[in-house]
Formats: sequence, structure tokens, C-alpha cells
Amino acid sequence: MFARDHATARGIRVTEFHMTWLVRYARSSIGAKHIMAVTGLLLFLFAVVHMIGHLQMFGGRDMYNTYAHFLQSLWEVKWPVRAGLLVLLIVHIIVALGLVAKNRAARPERYAKFKPVVSSAAGRTMAFTGLAVFAFIAFHIIHFTVGWVQPEAFHTLDAEKRWDAYSMFVIGFQNPAIYGVYFAGMVLLALHLGHGAASWLQSLGLRHPKYPVDRLGPLIAFGLFVGYMAPPTAVLVGLIRMNGVG
Amino acid sequence: MSDLNLTLHVWRQRNAKSPGKMVTYKVTGVSTHASFLEMLDILNEQLTAKGEEPIAFDHDCREGICGMCSLMINGRPHGGQRATTTCQLHMRHFKNGDEIWIEPWRAEAFPVIKDLCVDRTPFDRVIAAGGFITANCGSAPDANDILIPKESADDSMDAAACIACGACVAACPNGSAMLFVAAKLAHLHRLPQGQPERMHRTQAMVTAMDAAGFGNCSNHYECEAACPKDIKRDVMALMNRDYAKAALASRDRETKSDGSG
Amino acid sequence: MLKLDARVPGGPIEQKWANARFEMKLVNPANKRKYKVIVVGSGLAGGAAAATLAELGYDVACFCFQDSPRRAHSIAAQGGINAAKNYQNDGDSVHRLFYDTVKGGDFRAREANVHRLAEVSVDIIDQCAAMGVPFAREYGGTLANRSFGGAQVSRTFYARGQTGQQLLLGVYSALERQIGAGKVTMFSRTEMLDLVVDNGRAVGIVARDLVTGAITSHAAHAVVLATGGYGNVYYLSTNAKGCNVTATYRAYKRGAGFGNPCFTQIHPTCIPVSGDFQSKLTLMSESLRNDGRVWVPKSKTDTAKHPDQIAEDARDYYLERKYPAFGNLSPRDIASRAAKEVCDEGRGVGPGGRGVYLDFRDAIARDTEERIRERYGNLFDMYERITGENPYRLPMRIYPAVHYTMGGLWVDYQLQTTIPGLFCLGEANFSDHGANRLGASALMQGLADGYFIIPYTLGDYLARLAGVNSAIASPTSSAFAASEDLVRARLDRLMNVRGSRSIDSFHKELGHIMWEHCGMARSAESLKTALEAIPKLREEFWRDVTVLGDRDSFNQSLEKAGRVADFLEFAELMCKDALIREESCGGHFRVEHQIDGEAKRDDDRFCHAAVWEYAGEGKEPVRHVEPLAFENVKLATRSYK
Ligand SMILES: Cc1cc2nc3c(=O)[nH]c(=O)nc-3n(C[C@H](O)[C@H](O)[C@H](O)COP(=O)(O)OP(=O)(O)OC[C@H]3O[C@@H](n4cnc5c(N)ncnc54)[C@H](O)[C@@H]3O)c2cc1C
Ligand code: FES
Repeated sequence: MFARDHATARGIRVTEFHMTWLVRYARSSIGAKHIMAVTGLLLFLFAVVHMIGHLQMFGGRDMYNTYAHFLQSLWEVKWPVRAGLLVLLIVHIIVALGLVAKNRAARPERYAKFKPVVSSAAGRTMAFTGLAVFAFIAFHIIHFTVGWVQPEAFHTLDAEKRWDAYSMFVIGFQNPAIYGVYFAGMVLLALHLGHGAASWLQSLGLRHPKYPVDRLGPLIAFGLFVGYMAPPTAVLVGLIRMNGVG
Repeated sequence: MSDLNLTLHVWRQRNAKSPGKMVTYKVTGVSTHASFLEMLDILNEQLTAKGEEPIAFDHDCREGICGMCSLMINGRPHGGQRATTTCQLHMRHFKNGDEIWIEPWRAEAFPVIKDLCVDRTPFDRVIAAGGFITANCGSAPDANDILIPKESADDSMDAAACIACGACVAACPNGSAMLFVAAKLAHLHRLPQGQPERMHRTQAMVTAMDAAGFGNCSNHYECEAACPKDIKRDVMALMNRDYAKAALASRDRETKSDGSG
Repeated sequence: MLKLDARVPGGPIEQKWANARFEMKLVNPANKRKYKVIVVGSGLAGGAAAATLAELGYDVACFCFQDSPRRAHSIAAQGGINAAKNYQNDGDSVHRLFYDTVKGGDFRAREANVHRLAEVSVDIIDQCAAMGVPFAREYGGTLANRSFGGAQVSRTFYARGQTGQQLLLGVYSALERQIGAGKVTMFSRTEMLDLVVDNGRAVGIVARDLVTGAITSHAAHAVVLATGGYGNVYYLSTNAKGCNVTATYRAYKRGAGFGNPCFTQIHPTCIPVSGDFQSKLTLMSESLRNDGRVWVPKSKTDTAKHPDQIAEDARDYYLERKYPAFGNLSPRDIASRAAKEVCDEGRGVGPGGRGVYLDFRDAIARDTEERIRERYGNLFDMYERITGENPYRLPMRIYPAVHYTMGGLWVDYQLQTTIPGLFCLGEANFSDHGANRLGASALMQGLADGYFIIPYTLGDYLARLAGVNSAIASPTSSAFAASEDLVRARLDRLMNVRGSRSIDSFHKELGHIMWEHCGMARSAESLKTALEAIPKLREEFWRDVTVLGDRDSFNQSLEKAGRVADFLEFAELMCKDALIREESCGGHFRVEHQIDGEAKRDDDRFCHAAVWEYAGEGKEPVRHVEPLAFENVKLATRSYK
């Protein structure tokens, strides 16, 4: 795509990579902003889909395990998606860390008194919440994808001999400590998205004053939080049990 | 109304190279009708009488339009009154006995020259990079040959009202200058005259902004809240969009060649 | 000895500028970059000149004392800019604008210059629109106009209440383009402190870097001064704090004739002084007088009352009473004097009795508060911010304030001063406005000078120089060295007084003397009083002023002291000029010369520009005259009754 053929002075055709403009774009302040917005948006969309998946816990064991089985069986898709998500995450983090460094450098001397007025604490702590969410995701993968945290719950099978994700979920969240970790993780994610869920509209220049949807960021984040925490909470309070929902 | 006696904590710094510190002063007998800068005048007169060197601060028009005055007052640029510059801020908004913190704009790109004065020339460099319409004197068509819808002219004027005071940079937790840069871009890009150079201008000004050492925008909008001319975040959305188009989908000026090699 | 040759070209007035341009010598395009030009000032006049000269190819250096060229005081102009476009089809023409300006200036300007100004006014609007100045528009997309300053046609173009800002930003962007291209070297935070003249020609300047304190020499083939007005000689004015006479006064001391120094304009609608801490006065746009009614109580005893408690028949709408035809829209000088008169009678309102009401009560009752807010909302907000009073409820209090200086360095038709190679533009020159400037005409003049006149006339001067290389002085030559020594000695002298009085206290006292004795109304007696007081104050200044800080670093006190020192000399020249001009014309009102309270010109004795020549330290300056001939507009008495 970036290769261009052209004749040199000696008449030999060479292929040269004209990446410079792309590199320049990626390194520019607004280019970085766009990268943050696009990777953030895709990760956010994944989070929404992921949440909807988990809501199927309310549909009972069969529904949930069918869904889990469906996902697991699509390995041609699964691995590219996982790889893609990982790349998105890494790019999102690396670019963010670059920005943090740059922003720190842009204000080497702090104010003795500084009173931000409209920015949210969530917005100003994106780097912290972001890294914390990253740590949480690592835990989550180790917990439910790799199965190291509660190995005893990881290998059960359901009546149809499918991997029993439903039980794993229930066993997991009946443990208040696990519940606590996820609760904290979701609070962090909600804070992160409280700023991020709508910020991308501005970053990509899609925000329009007639449609101030960007004000909905905190609401979207809260919605996501509720959606994610509903099944675990239902487990904890006994609405979702090993033997069914209700 | 009675006069005010105040305690001020003011940043003093001899020059760019020496370190500075906050120094506390008492100022007495300040009329509530005085402007904030007149209050500093009074303090400077009192310091002069004591043989202490007056505090340096930038100002010129004292009517809110030249953009020369600055000052972080109690943690807010220009003192935080809506759409008001420091020179237009009046002492009736303070109470007798108040303590006031006064600091210079803080940004890597705006080094302190002395006390409360900073160097804002990076703004000029950003404009020099592309904040203009190439129209040599004498080449213009009749002004009514190009019709401009009233709405466009009004929107353009909203952005053009920027006074380049630097409050946006001072207010931004990241020391970013995007509101300033975007305001100039929006001023020109909301007019037909600004279209021919639109893509190049956007790229050139953003590049100059980045080179000056400003921070990046995280969409906090502190700049918008601090802007004494009420410039809206919309201008930055426009810039962000144009920049994508400029960087990814338009021809760079440097690569243009007339074939002569 | 000064030689005043106006060099007005021949031919009928409509042809003069065309003839002049044809007769000009041109500089070979390939040689242009070898010519160095210094432009001091980055306002409408200087900024436009620097940008345009660079576009033509000259090697330009531009200076301003602010931190950016965009902050020149042109930025503060609110109302608008005139141009004879006749877009409104209401009978305007180049000739009418020319006529109005000559008449408005009370017949004390040079006809040929004024006509040229009116001619190029139309090009200014085109150029500004092309550069992206967001002028107000009609819904159909054409340019909008308003009427201004008593003109009977709508010829004023505007950008909200920020016309000066937008025009200056246009100029500034053109200037930055040339700076970016390496064609203009910009020296911000740099103050010109002396003009260098060698062999009778201006060859450069000596300036102080305000950040480092360094004194530097700059050589050029020609020097252009566009340093704005000197209204701050009154301490309080609508000018910015840094506005000064230093550049033009230094040039005067080097041999440039100073024209009509006493011609100053007092603007009738400014926010009054509220205390002795006051540092500047803020203009309230003249347009307010379209809807506001000006009044004071009929009786002195009512002045302290709340305005609501003063009954209709106890109010004196004095402008409507005295000038039934123009009423509240009377010209600036007339409205200002009328306000002073009623306050002198003890009928003024507000602190110190120095204010009159500008009342919107009737307009609000007639048009609703909403409509008034639409029209003047930003001005009302500004008023409230400064005074803390709500003008929708209470009448505004206003008072006249010093606003503009028609006087300045004398220039010929080519805008060259009496020193060859020294040109002067904008408010700094003695201008096309005669004894009184019409609203919205200063912006027009600044841009006309900078965009459309100096690029031609400077080229002609350069083309006639002996040769590029032989014509430039070296910044290390003796003329520069002598000038640098003088500048340093003066700064040292200021630093070394180490007295006990602050600089501002001297400036305030000078302002007070000037306002009382050489302000809105002047008399032989008041001027003589001033002429006694000023030298005394000056003597005290040099004996007792205190300037803290260092000479060789950033030092705002030292900057201020230098400016005040020059004002202290210049004020005397103004008073001398005012004393000798025994007539009333435009902004110069001599109480001895009036009929029924109105200005009385004396065309037999004073139909001329007075041009002052510096004769040396402690010597009486010499007054020369340039007779003014009115061949196209007949001399007549202004009447607004
Ligand atoms: C409040 C206000 C409102 C006005 N409204 C209008 C209006 O509506 N319409 C209208 O036509 N006119 C108006 N005027 C008048 C008009 O704005 C000015 O006359 C005009 O802008 C002057 O332009 P200038 O380029 O000559 O000078 P300025 O814009 O004053 O520029 C002077 C330049 O010289 C520089 N300078 C000065 N001294 C030195 C020095 N010693 N060394 C180095 N640099 C120096 C300054 O830095 C500055 O760059 C208004 C004026 C005021 C004060
Ligand atoms: S001094 Fe000009 S904006 Fe405040």
C-alpha cells in the first residue's frame, strides 16, 4: 500500500516505502488523539458485546453455555479477535503512556493553586484508571480464560457435556472476594469510560453541537457498569444459583 | 463601599534562569471599584515607596481585547469570572481580608521571563506556520464578489474573537494549546476564502503547535471554561476532523512537484 | 532649517494619485531584497506596511513593544471602518467621503491626501475580505453597513464591536506569513529609543530589547514609523497603557517636523473615572447614542439623588435642548464640550460630579429590553463588569475622555517626514483628519497608509537612492555609536535619580495639568498656567523620580520612566501649539474664540498646519506653517444646530 515504484537517476526501478507521512501522523498530537479514540472505541464496543453476552446468565445454564460453546467453537474467529483485541489494548496503552509523558513535560512547574472547574476527576485520572483496568483485565483472563484462580470451577461440564461456563460463573461470584475484585474493576472501567465513552466523538470531530450526545458519556459508563455487575450481583444475592435462575 | 486590605501570595522570579518562589505581601486601601490590575498597581506603588522592586506583569489595553494580561488567580486563569480577562476583573468580587494566590501561566512552551510575565511567542510561530490566507495586497476581487452566508460569517467571528492570551494553555491540565490553534483554523475554515489552503493549513499549524512543546488535548474542556472570549469546543472538533482528512486523505504540499526534479 | 514641501502632484484632484504613481521610479524586482526597511509599529499602519513591503520583496525588520505584533492598540477599535463602496445605494461616493472628511476635520487637512484616502478606501475592504476578515453580513451574503459618527450615509463596515481586532488580525496574519517566509524579521518586546540620522538621511534606529535590556542598532535604507497616538500624555485616556510619544518625539528631536501637536480628540462616551487609582478609561461605543438620551439634573441639588427620584421635568436633556437638529447624535467634540459645561456648572453626577447620564429608559419602554439587549448586549455587559451597575435598570454614567490624536509627525504627500528616508504612517503622522477625526476613519487611514500608499512612495524613495550598497550605513558607524551612547546615558540618568516619588505619580500629575489646562477647553490663561507647571514638574521628575530594578534586564519601571520623561517634554510643545493657535477648530477649542458657545475658526490667520522644528536642548522650538488651500471643498462653518 505504501510502496511506490519510481525510477532513480540511473534508470533502475526501486521500491521505496513512503511511510513517513503515516509515521508523522501517528506521532502528531492529533494523530495520537485519533489512535486513542479509534482503539478506545473498538475496545469499548467489545466491552458492550461482552457485557451483552454475560447478561445471558439470566437466561439460565443452557442459554449461557450455548453461547459460551458457540464462542469457543469459532476458533478461526476467536484467535484473530483475541489477537486483535490484544493489539488494540497494547496500542491504546502505549500511545496513552506517550501522551502522559508529553503532557507532564508540557507543564514541568506545577501551580501552587490550581482549580479545575469543568473537567471530571474521571477524566483527569484516565491514566490511573486505564492501567488499573488493564491489571483487572489480566486478572479476568487468568481467572476465566486461563482458569488459574479457581481451577476447581474451571473444568466442570454440563448435562450436554459442554464446558459449564454457567457453573464457573456462579461458583466464582458466590465468593465475596472475587465479587469484590470484579466490583472494583467495574468501578474503574466505569470511571475510565465515564470520560472515554463519548470523548472519541470530539477526538474524531464527529461531535455536533446540535447533538450533544457526548454529555451522555457518564450515563453510558454507568449503564455498562450496571450491565456488567447485574449477573454477578444476582449470583451473590442468590437470584442466580447453581440450580437455576429465579 | 469600604476599602479592602488583602494578603497576596505572588510568584517572584528574577529572570528565566533563576528559580522563583511565592512571596507574601499585604496590600491596603484597595477600592472595590478598582480593577485587579489597578490593585496590583496600588501594591506596586506601595512596594516602590518601600524601595522594593515592583512586580512585573503583562498588560496593555486594559479593556479585555489585546490579550496581553494573564495571571492565574486563585488557581483559575484570569480569576475565573465568566468571559472576563484579568484587566476586566474588578475588586468588588473580593472581600476584605481575602488571601489571593497570583501565579504566571505555567507551561513548558511559555517560560517565565520575569515574575508574572511569560513568553508566549510560540503562538506567533503557530500562526506563521499557516494561520493566514495567502492573498497578496492588491490581488483581491471586489468584497461582494464572494457571498458569505450570515451564519458562516457569524460562526467565523465567534472563533476569530480569540485574543491569544493563553488562558486555554494555562487552564489545561496538560498545557495544551488546541483551543487557540483550533480557533484560528475555525475562523478561516468557516469562510469561503479559507478553503483553498484548508488542508495544508491544518497540518502546518498542528505541526508547529506540536513542535512548540504544548501538551495534548484529553477533552477536559477546561480551556473552554477559562476562555475569556467564550470560544467553544466545537472549533477543536472541526480541527480534529480536518486533521484526519489532511493527514490521511489529502496531498501533502511538500510532495507536490512540477517535474523539474 | 525645515523645508516644508508637500510635494502634492499636479492635475485635478481625482487624477493626482494616478499621476503620482505614474511618475514614481520603480525598484528593479531583482534588487528589492537588497533594500532593508525598518518598520516601527505593528498596528494597522505598521503591520500592513511591513507585510506588504515584504510581499513586494524588500528585506523588512518590524518592531513593537508588546510581546506580539497582534497586540498593537488598533486591536481595541470597536465601531468600524469607513469606505466609499456605496453598497447601500444611498448616495455615497469617493467624493462624498472626501468632502465629509475635510469638513469633519474643520478644514485643517490637506485636500490631496484626503482625496487619496477616500479613493483607496474601497480597495481596503476588498483586501480585508480576501484575507478572511469576518465582516458583518446580510442574510444574502453581501456586506452589511452601519452609519456612524453623524454621517448621512451608511458606509461603515464592521465586525461586531471588534472591528479593529479583526482588521488587525488580518494584518497580523499577513505579517506572520512573511515572518514565516523569512522576509520579515520581527522584533517584539523591543522599543525604539532613537532615530539615527546620517548625512541628513534616516539610516536606522537604536532600540532596547525589553527582555534583556540590551541596546541594539539597526541599519536600513529607510525607516517607517507607525507608532500610534500620544493620547497618554493625559495619563488617563482610551489608549493602551504602553501607547507613547517616544518614537515620534525622538524623531522630532532628530529633525522631523511635528505637525499640529495640540489637535487631540475627546470622545464623549467613556466610563467616568471612579477614583484616583484609575489607570485607564474605557470607551463605550458611540453607537449607544443612537438610542440613549443624555441628561443631567436641572438643579445642582438633585445630583446626589437616585435617578429614579428625579422627575421628568427636573431633567435637562441638554443636547436635545441645545442642538435640536442633531440632538444626542451631535459630533464628538460638541457633545464632549457640552458634557463638560454642565459638569462645570455643578450638575454632573457620580463620583466627583464628573459624569452625565446616558439613559435607555425610553428606548427600553419603546423597543423592549430584549431589542436593546440584542443591539448593545456586549456593551452593557462591559459597563456592568466595570461599574458594577446594571444599565438596564439604572442610566449609564458617561464622561468624555481623551481618545485620539490628530497631531503627529508632519508628512508630505509621499508620507515622508522632513527627514529624507523617514516615513510616518497611521495615527503617528499629522494625519488626514485635520482638527477632528470622524468615527471609523482612523482604521481606514492606517490601512490606506500601510497597504496602498507606502508600498509605492517608499519604492520611489529607494529607487532614487544612489545605489543599494553605497546607500546603507553600517550599524557600527559613528552615527549609530553616538546614538547608542545617548540612549545609554539617558537610561543611566533615569536609573540614577533614585528619588522618592513614583513614576506614576508624575504621570498622573502631568495628566491632570494637561486635562485641566489643555483639554476640552483651552484658554490663553490656562495654557500659560500649564506652560509654567510642566517645566517645574519635569525638573522635579529628574530630581526626585524613583526607578527600581536594573538597566540591563527586563524592567517595566524603566520603560515607563522613559515614556513619561518624553511626555513631560512633549506636553510643553502641545501647550505652545495650542497657545499660538488663536482660533477654535475641531477638537481644539479656545474659549476666547466662540460664537454662542460654538467654535469659531479663523481662516485668515490659521488656515494652515503648524509644524514645529526642534531647535536644541533648552531652546525655543521653531514654528513653521504649511498653508492649506481648499480648492475642491469650500471653506464653510460647521453647524449642527
Ligand atoms: C478604544 C478605541 C476605539 C477606537 N475605535 C475606532 C473605530 O471604531 N474606528 C476607527 O476608525 N478608529 C478607532 N479608533 C482609532 C484607531 O484605532 C487608531 O487610531 C488606529 O488603530 C491606530 O493605528 P496605528 O497603526 O497608527 O497605531 P497602533 O495600532 O497604536 O500601533 C502602534 C504600534 O507601534 C508600536 N510602538 C509604539 N511605540 C513604539 C516604540 N517606541 N518602539 C517600538 N514600537 C512602538 C506598538 O507596539 C504598536 O505595534 C479607536 C481607538 C481607540 C483607542
Ligand atoms: S490588558 Fe489587554 S486584554 Fe487585558
